[in-house]
Amino acid sequence: MQLRIAVRREMMAQSNRITNADASCHQEVISLEDVSFSFQQQTVISNLSFAVKERDFIGLIGTNGAGKTTLLRMIVGLLKPTSGTIRLFGEKVDRFKQWERIGYVPQKNSLNPLFPATVREVVLSGLYGRNKLFKKMNKADHKKCEDALHAMGIDDLKDKRIGQLSGGQQQRVFLARALINNPSLLILDEPTVGIDTETQESFFHMIKHMHQHHNITFLMVSHDLDMIRSYLGQEPAAGNGKLKFHIKHSHETQDCVENDLAHSLKGLREQMESRKEVVLIGDRN
Amino acid sequence: MEIVTSEFFQRALIGGLLIGVTAPLMGLFLVLRRLSMIGDTLSHVSIAGVALGFLIGVYPIAVGLLFAIAASFAIEKLRKAYKSYAELSIAIIMSGGVALASLLFTMGKGFNSNVNSYLFGSIYTLNDTDLYVIGGVTVIVLVAIWLQVKELFLITFDEDAAAVSGLPVKFYNVMISVLTALIISVSIKIVGALLVSALLTIPAACSLIIARSFRQSVITVVIIGELAVIAGLLIAGVWNLAPGGTIVLLLIAVLLMLLVFKRGVRTGS
Ligand SMILES: Nc1ncnc2c1ncn2[C@@H]1O[C@H](COP(=O)(O)OP(=O)(O)OP(=O)(O)O)[C@@H](O)[C@H]1O
Ligand SMILES: [Mg+2]
Ligand SMILES: [Zn+2]
Ligand SMILES: [Zn+2]
Repeated sequence: MQLRIAVRREMMAQSNRITNADASCHQEVISLEDVSFSFQQQTVISNLSFAVKERDFIGLIGTNGAGKTTLLRMIVGLLKPTSGTIRLFGEKVDRFKQWERIGYVPQKNSLNPLFPATVREVVLSGLYGRNKLFKKMNKADHKKCEDALHAMGIDDLKDKRIGQLSGGQQQRVFLARALINNPSLLILDEPTVGIDTETQESFFHMIKHMHQHHNITFLMVSHDLDMIRSYLGQEPAAGNGKLKFHIKHSHETQDCVENDLAHSLKGLREQMESRKEVVLIGDRN
Repeated sequence: MEIVTSEFFQRALIGGLLIGVTAPLMGLFLVLRRLSMIGDTLSHVSIAGVALGFLIGVYPIAVGLLFAIAASFAIEKLRKAYKSYAELSIAIIMSGGVALASLLFTMGKGFNSNVNSYLFGSIYTLNDTDLYVIGGVTVIVLVAIWLQVKELFLITFDEDAAAVSGLPVKFYNVMISVLTALIISVSIKIVGALLVSALLTIPAACSLIIARSFRQSVITVVIIGELAVIAGLLIAGVWNLAPGGTIVLLLIAVLLMLLVFKRGVRTGS
């Protein structure tokens, strides 16, 4: 059975119109142009084009095997598209250098429970990118680590061996690792799987907070329809057998606030915030 | 006890101490990446190189090193072809190395006893050249690890995350392979090709039992490696035992003790 992600053309056209209108202050964070991907004979993604712009919150929904993980892995450069172009912050993925701007939490970490690493060491490793090559970690780096641990509420776990934690606790550690660079884009692949309902709620609250108050752009896969529904305030349309885009513009004619002062006024900014929300919905037939 | 003050013993001690740091350190990275068998494979292949070295009259360790490096690249290539069945590529290369070695042995019947010293180690026959080569390799390995311990940690812990952080993962994979090949080719004269992998993997196995952090595990492997080398050489020297075998048996004894101790702690608490 072959699965594809198809794009409804009229939706794309609409999206492009907004793109131009917003161009002055909303940069394209991720853009896909005619991207296809196949594993050997099996086409997983075909001719997919879309753009994620600054401060978007994109939820990706799809059935098992629809190609969500594959799409995310292509976007972060772990897989090469069979054809088409992917850009991050305007730069082609294979030339992209500012990886510290991106936090990525993969679907599941097949972690060896005996791996000798503390929570603190794992979170700190989020900083070990190319521009920290050969450099020793300094005080500021350790402060960032403390902050990330604090943000995820796992301060008291920092000296534990990572393998001793529960699945949900581990997931928080990986989120903290993704947050330590203060990224402007977070890419999360089913971040709440294996996390209890209570923690999930605080997690979604935190995500919402980071999106609204810290201007982080989100691209997130989740099977949690309730969460997507409540956050995006929209009923996901049923798929018709193929993955398709359902794009909703909550504030289609938004003026961009360029004034820094206005930006710093939280309430105002929330009001002015121009968000474009896309839900990818998939179904098998 | 006078063996301890003899020159050949002191050479052995220096060589052993150097290898006692580098082999367990590199071994830690290999074990954590689930590549423990690579040490064994490369050492078997480098024996073929050593045999060829004797046959054509070139410094055997150097030829062994070339073979080990070639083998590590071959493993990388095969590993990609077989993906999760990585141990398959290791088995293929290992048997290829042994087959080639046995062929070369029969071609140069005269040097069999010499090759023997590489199979089981002959630490008492280390000459100046050997010590310089071992010293050079130790410096290279320690500098490489010292400068890039963060990056090596990340690649070992999570290769995907390393790639998404912008680290050149391919470069590091090659670096790990080449450093491993270097260590193995200089270690085989000390502990012997059949036992090299013990020096790489057993200290790491011990650290998995007791270390809570990566930092601790780095310290643990070095301490255990050095203790085993020093104690092993002394015991072997005094009781006239095979040094390589003594070191490895000591390592296994330490591992067993840790396992028993750990179990004691668990049931006790
Ligand atoms: N390494 C691989 N080799 C071959 N095919 C693969 C590989 N990884 C994934 N696939 C195929 O690609 C398709 C998409 O897989 P992907 O992991 O992207 O799905 P997904 O949408 O993330 O599913 P899930 O909800 O289960 O996480 C699947 O049909 C799968 O069979
Ligand atoms: Mg997936
Ligand atoms: Zn909040
Ligand atoms: Zn905040």
